Amino acid sequence: MSEILSAGTADLAIKISYFVAAALFIIGLKQMSSPVTARGGIVWAGVGMVVATLVTFLYPGMQNYGLMTTAIFIGGMLAWITGRRVAMTDMPQMIALYNGMGGGAAAAIAAVELLNDTEHSPTFMVLAVLGGLIGSISFSGSLIAFGKLQGLIKRSFRFRGQNFVNSGILAIGIFLGSVLVLGATGDPSTVLQFFLVALILGVTMTLPIGGADMPVVISLYNALTGLAVAFEGFVLGNEAMIIAGIVVGSAGTLLTQLMAKAMNRSLANVLFSGFGDTVATDSETTGSLKPIEATDAGIMMAFANKVLIVPGYGMAVAHAQHKVWELCQLLLDRGVKVKFAIHPVAGRMPGHMNVLLAEAGVPYDLIYDEDEINAEFESADVALIIGANDVVNPVARSDPSSPIYGMPILNADKAKNAIVIKRGQGAGFSGIENVLFYLDNTRMLYGDGQAMAAALIQAIKEL
Amino acid sequence: MIDGFIALYIVMLAAFTGYEVIAKVPSILHTPLMSGSNFVHGLVLVGAMGAWGRADTPLETTIGFIGVVLAAGNAVGGYVVTERMLEMFRSSREKTE
Repeated sequence: MSEILSAGTADLAIKISYFVAAALFIIGLKQMSSPVTARGGIVWAGVGMVVATLVTFLYPGMQNYGLMTTAIFIGGMLAWITGRRVAMTDMPQMIALYNGMGGGAAAAIAAVELLNDTEHSPTFMVLAVLGGLIGSISFSGSLIAFGKLQGLIKRSFRFRGQNFVNSGILAIGIFLGSVLVLGATGDPSTVLQFFLVALILGVTMTLPIGGADMPVVISLYNALTGLAVAFEGFVLGNEAMIIAGIVVGSAGTLLTQLMAKAMNRSLANVLFSGFGDTVATDSETTGSLKPIEATDAGIMMAFANKVLIVPGYGMAVAHAQHKVWELCQLLLDRGVKVKFAIHPVAGRMPGHMNVLLAEAGVPYDLIYDEDEINAEFESADVALIIGANDVVNPVARSDPSSPIYGMPILNADKAKNAIVIKRGQGAGFSGIENVLFYLDNTRMLYGDGQAMAAALIQAIKEL
Repeated sequence: MIDGFIALYIVMLAAFTGYEVIAKVPSILHTPLMSGSNFVHGLVLVGAMGAWGRADTPLETTIGFIGVVLAAGNAVGGYVVTERMLEMFRSSREKTE
């Protein structure tokens, strides 16, 4: 291909295309920040990616066109098929998986460059090594995160002195990395040892982290992959990679912080302490659980003025979101004001619940964030809680000894009535007893989320 | 190789850009946005292709091959899931059946 164009023209074409691609990425991300233009945003970014990829084939000295196309085809097809098929509930782990692949690719670039038998400047070596380290951690760590959320890895592996062991592994990695930098060229066995240690570190760092904290970790690895890509972009002299990598790195860091804050955790706490599985509960509950029948609950909602629906991940697990939307439409037709109140960490990552509701057809203007809606609970006749637990637990406001104390919650306890749809009497994801369930104005509607939503619809239709 | 200081300027400006672009995003879009930024670093594909192009030994070629497969997975997977999610967001004015 490069014979058609002179080397100079090809080089110029590559530079222009990369520039355009970088601009399209930023424009695309900007458009993705509003639900109205978001769809166009990803398409523009996609155009940038295709242009950049095609033009890379023009690189002087590029070889193996057939094999390279095959490699792109293999990776692309696998991702396309899995990406098309994945259920919306499983989205977080797929994002982790694709992100890990990017980290692995950055590590592969570092490996090839380090193995390459040429003298390099110290800056080059340092950045190649750092990018390799971060990329490898992101790769193996994301695979563990995927395994955990997919249910392939069931337990968290924790032992005393874990942070000590991890620091030790990191120290070995840094040592091997320094040997590579000082040696200026990569001796193959040192290079392989270095990457092996980096990959192990990703595994041991991620294994102790509980499932509930995984979204924060996925977001962090997303930012890290961005950073690794930027470092390798410098190594390869590719400005577009630096820009794309750093933009993602900084955006990802911000997203990670927002998530950690919404979950009432600091990032250090997530990474080094390992809560997120189960915690002992010591707050006392008074009162009793008061069950209600679907017919009574239906009447309560049908004659309400305002109903706020608080969905949680349990609703998605029960595949109840379509029924819930049907219920919502029924109430809207009767003139009831209905709004969805979404906690920032409802679902498995921030914004996940919005995706799940959107899939069911709920328009986004009926969906409200915690800070937009929280003042409205006092004027709501019914708060319908379906599949949510910790995010409506008032102990987060009242009990300083609770692990979730200080976490922003939805004030469902302030509604005139609360109806909780729940499978059984167990505690929530975090294992903390929910005080809301025992309040005088709370009624429990026991059963499967989908079946109960259907029963409510039936009850209202029969009025 | 890029001049070190030019690279530093690029890094600084890109970091502010990333921060500013994301800072005003409503939380309803956080998941698609994480996925979208995941897609953007799929640009690692062009780097993986370039690195493979410079590979001399069988070991380097093998690693190059793996790198390109992984990078293509990142780019394509990131695009597909982001597009699928964003496609579903509708306001009540544009109701479709």
